[in-house]
Amino acid sequence: MKMLTCPINGARPVSEFVCGGDVQPMPNPSTADDATWADYVFNRHSIPSVKQEWWCHTPSNTWFIAERDTRSDQVFRTYLYGVTADDAAQDTAVPDKTVQSEAVQDASSEARSHE
Amino acid sequence: MPLRLIKFALAREHPEPRMFRQPDCLRSSYDVVIIGGGGHGLAAAYYLARDYGITNVAVLEKGYIGGGNTGRNTTIIRSNYLTPEGVKFYDESVRIWQDLAMDFDLNLFYSTRSHFTLAHTDSAVRTMRWRAEVNKHYGVDSELVDASEVQAACPQMDITCGGHAPIMAALYHAPGSIARHDAVAWGYGRGASDRGVEIHQQTEVLGITTRSGRVTGVQTSQGEISTSCVLCAVAGSTPRILQMVDLRSPLYIHPLQAMVSEPMKPWLDPIIVSGSLHVYISQTARGELVMGASLDPYELHSTRSTLDFAEGLSAHMLELFPFLSHVKIVRQWAGMADMTPDFAPIMGKTPIEGFYLDAGWGTWGFKATPVSGKTMAYTVACDRPHELIRNFSLERFEKYDLVAEKGAASVGH
Repeated sequence: MKMLTCPINGARPVSEFVCGGDVQPMPNPSTADDATWADYVFNRHSIPSVKQEWWCHTPSNTWFIAERDTRSDQVFRTYLYGVTADDAAQDTAVPDKTVQSEAVQDASSEARSHE
Repeated sequence: MPLRLIKFALAREHPEPRMFRQPDCLRSSYDVVIIGGGGHGLAAAYYLARDYGITNVAVLEKGYIGGGNTGRNTTIIRSNYLTPEGVKFYDESVRIWQDLAMDFDLNLFYSTRSHFTLAHTDSAVRTMRWRAEVNKHYGVDSELVDASEVQAACPQMDITCGGHAPIMAALYHAPGSIARHDAVAWGYGRGASDRGVEIHQQTEVLGITTRSGRVTGVQTSQGEISTSCVLCAVAGSTPRILQMVDLRSPLYIHPLQAMVSEPMKPWLDPIIVSGSLHVYISQTARGELVMGASLDPYELHSTRSTLDFAEGLSAHMLELFPFLSHVKIVRQWAGMADMTPDFAPIMGKTPIEGFYLDAGWGTWGFKATPVSGKTMAYTVACDRPHELIRNFSLERFEKYDLVAEKGAASVGH
């Protein structure tokens, strides 16, 4: 993987990103027993598979989720936390030239309207 | 002139002596099945046969022996670790290494070079001093030295590191050594095979059967084996094997890359490691510079290598040794490092009766090949963990009883 698509900034070199580890559901810290909590803190699902991972675009401090195959290093989609899968597929799945150029046009028309 | 030499000169054929027997097929059962034909698995087989007379053993290797991390590491052997458990464990390994070539009657190119871990900051100097004190306490030859001693041992080094990360001091470890990694696998393999152990290459484990929490058998690509004793020593492939027995672990798998330069005249005697620059280097008997850096920054089950690794490592290496700027890189490769949260291995028994684990070797496994073989052989033969590995149990995580070796185990964090 050489390029990764940040949901806010678009496709950027992978050196601008930091992986924050797997998306894991957190047990309730006040009710979880010690074994469950230790399992959440330490244990990992390290089998090659398509996983949801936290990634951060460090220049813009944008945290987002990427679905990546940890064997082939292929990223299927990236999306902000809280956005549904459908929204994600439309906005950020693949570097889509039409989506990006619309964004650029919107930005430039906004700039003109401010003058 | 010796008769054997005349016979050799006159013979028409000179068949290559084989290092180990290759049995045609698997038998239906074995006393012990070792999954993984790398240094660790073969060493365990060797000591099981040699020290305990347990020879009805099969070592199953999905590729070729030593083709995993055993053949991909940067061959550094040292015992200058941070924790008492770590120091005792790795020191025992260094002791075994020193006579290993004689035991095998095989040239391992084992060469004691001395080892400098460079400190470029006050906190690094503190860590080096801490390591030196713990090492000395356990009889390991390490001491804190100043930058002038590093310069004297390595005149070609730029002590200012390009001006922005000057070396302040270093942890000097006289027993630091390098060896020919493949030869260790062959030596242990031949020794095990000569004593009756069967080595089966191109044999992949596809499943492990258990009943009532006990191992009963192993399914492989070459057939099924019934056994009540399995030792898993597969490094980066460990999570896939653990899944077969429904065990969770803290292991996370990242590629670790390395590269080697063209051969050149010997100029680098010691092994140099820099935690701040995240690079390390040594020169082999063939004159090549073997270099490594930090782990790849994200999980990947692959041994692909990248250009940015070579660029990043070269940039930092040139800060240390600017005169290398025209040297060519001949080869780069990667292994799959099975990392743990505390940078210490996971060894011993597991909640599954008869299933023994030797894993969590991350970036620190090659140097431990002899001691891991020895302690795992004891553990399997006696069904209890060897005292040197008691602190490395899988259970330590749920007890929050971690062995804090991050300061001494790797260059990249």
